[in-house]
Amino acid sequence: MNTWANIKTIAKRELGAYFSSPLAFVFIVIFLLLCGFFTFMVGGFFERGEASLTRSFFDWHPWFYLFLVPAVGMRLWAEERRVGTLELLLTMPITTWQAIVGKFLASWLFLGLALVLTFPIVMTVNYLGSPDNGVILSGYIGSWLMAGAYLAVSCITSAMTRTQVVSFIVSVVVCLFLILAGFPPVVRFLEGWASPWLVDVVTSFSVITHFEGFQKGVLDSRDVVFFLSLIGFSLFSTSVILRGHRAG
Amino acid sequence: MIKVDNLTKLFGAKRAVDGISFTVERGEVLGFLGPNGAGKSTTMRVITGFIPPTSGCVSVGGFDMVEKPIAGKRLIGYLPENAPAYTDMTVSGFLGFAAEIRGLRGEAKRKAVTRAVEMCFLQSVLHQSVETLSKGYRHRTCFAQSIIHDPEVLVLDEPTDGLDPNQKHEIRSLIRRMGEKKAIIFSTHILEEVDAVCSRAIIIDRGRIVANGTPQELRQRSDWAGAVTLRVSGLTAEAVKEKLSQLRTAKKVQAETHGTRITATVFPRTPGDQDLTREVLEATRSWQVEELHTEAGRLDEVFRSITLPDTAKGEAQ
Repeated sequence: MNTWANIKTIAKRELGAYFSSPLAFVFIVIFLLLCGFFTFMVGGFFERGEASLTRSFFDWHPWFYLFLVPAVGMRLWAEERRVGTLELLLTMPITTWQAIVGKFLASWLFLGLALVLTFPIVMTVNYLGSPDNGVILSGYIGSWLMAGAYLAVSCITSAMTRTQVVSFIVSVVVCLFLILAGFPPVVRFLEGWASPWLVDVVTSFSVITHFEGFQKGVLDSRDVVFFLSLIGFSLFSTSVILRGHRAG
Repeated sequence: MIKVDNLTKLFGAKRAVDGISFTVERGEVLGFLGPNGAGKSTTMRVITGFIPPTSGCVSVGGFDMVEKPIAGKRLIGYLPENAPAYTDMTVSGFLGFAAEIRGLRGEAKRKAVTRAVEMCFLQSVLHQSVETLSKGYRHRTCFAQSIIHDPEVLVLDEPTDGLDPNQKHEIRSLIRRMGEKKAIIFSTHILEEVDAVCSRAIIIDRGRIVANGTPQELRQRSDWAGAVTLRVSGLTAEAVKEKLSQLRTAKKVQAETHGTRITATVFPRTPGDQDLTREVLEATRSWQVEELHTEAGRLDEVFRSITLPDTAKGEAQ
């Protein structure tokens, strides 16, 4: 009860921080523009002539998130450390976990909001044809989980440094690995020389592999577990790093 | 309320705090003095549970800060060094957040914010963003945050740093008033503050306590404690010096000529010796003494004599 109240207070403050600066609006506008541009211009939404968002819309998400999510997550801890408010936050009667979860949830909700604002695309496809809305919904769920995984990775890198730029760059690199591990050209290259089990291990770390199912409308518990465990592990690492700083 | 027992904190190989023990009871205001890098902030960070001790233990209100940090933190109000605050919030938003995280809701929260705002004179900037505040206001905003839940224990790291003389005065009298009912520990570089506010002072140097006592007791350790300064006319400096040097309890005499007057200071053999004043009075009965007073001792001098030799040694190594 108390735990939840503390998490809510932290999350509320964090969400307020996004919207008190232009960052939130810039982020949302850029995300929506990218979605629109890639879906209709590059993704060939109209040319495909199919009532689906799988290829034209969701295929781009891992790449959008590569740059946009680290931009959202980079300030989470780096800014607290730079300004010194970390000391204030962690001497308040809350646990480190409550702070970590509160901050993470706030950013994740914010990403969810950006995602929800792409609804005109769903309306468009429903207007033009009769898509399977269940598949679209599962795509959205998968996309949100994937964003959460990226975000959790950004939490780690943000806790490691007091410079937002460093946090951004490092988390882009890590997230890039998470994409490339399952990116078809890379997988084909791997299959050329590596043994099949190694290819399996590498691709199992990829967000693309796990996002694939969601895009097709398959809610596989293994995929859900993958994203949730990646989030859990990353947040745990964040707490270890924060504790490490304080232990000196 | 605050109990620090044999606290040691290492940063790598560096001993930031080295076996410190002290207690602060309710109704006490403890001044924490020491040169830069002596370990003041580190000690305060351990007390508030921000960093864990390497060894030793710290408890606040009976709660061990390692075993039961949340219960301890509830009792503490903390003003960190440099008074950090969320720059993207307004003053009222920030204080509201601080109140909420302390478990205050609704009417209780509103009252707490109003009270803290009044005590810290923040009415005029209530809806301004923290980012746009001047240093003094930002400092007071963070101070307001620390007293928002009317804590039993206050830990203040340089609470008057960066304030103008009026604001310093306000904050000092606030600390003194609150010190009647709370246990307060605050660090400072300003020695006059110790006199103005503290009931007890601790001087630490390179991680160790080198002096612990009331401001009066500390002052007694000064060469100036019990020294007698007098101003006479109609005599030469040499004559004054000679006469006063012969006193039984006098250690040395300084005399300077200002026009027709001589200003002389007699230092006692043992600091704080009350006999010296009487002796000086007797010896100068026939002189034209315009002014005579006994020095209470100087804290800055005690501070320097305790901390300086060690610092110099450290630099030499």
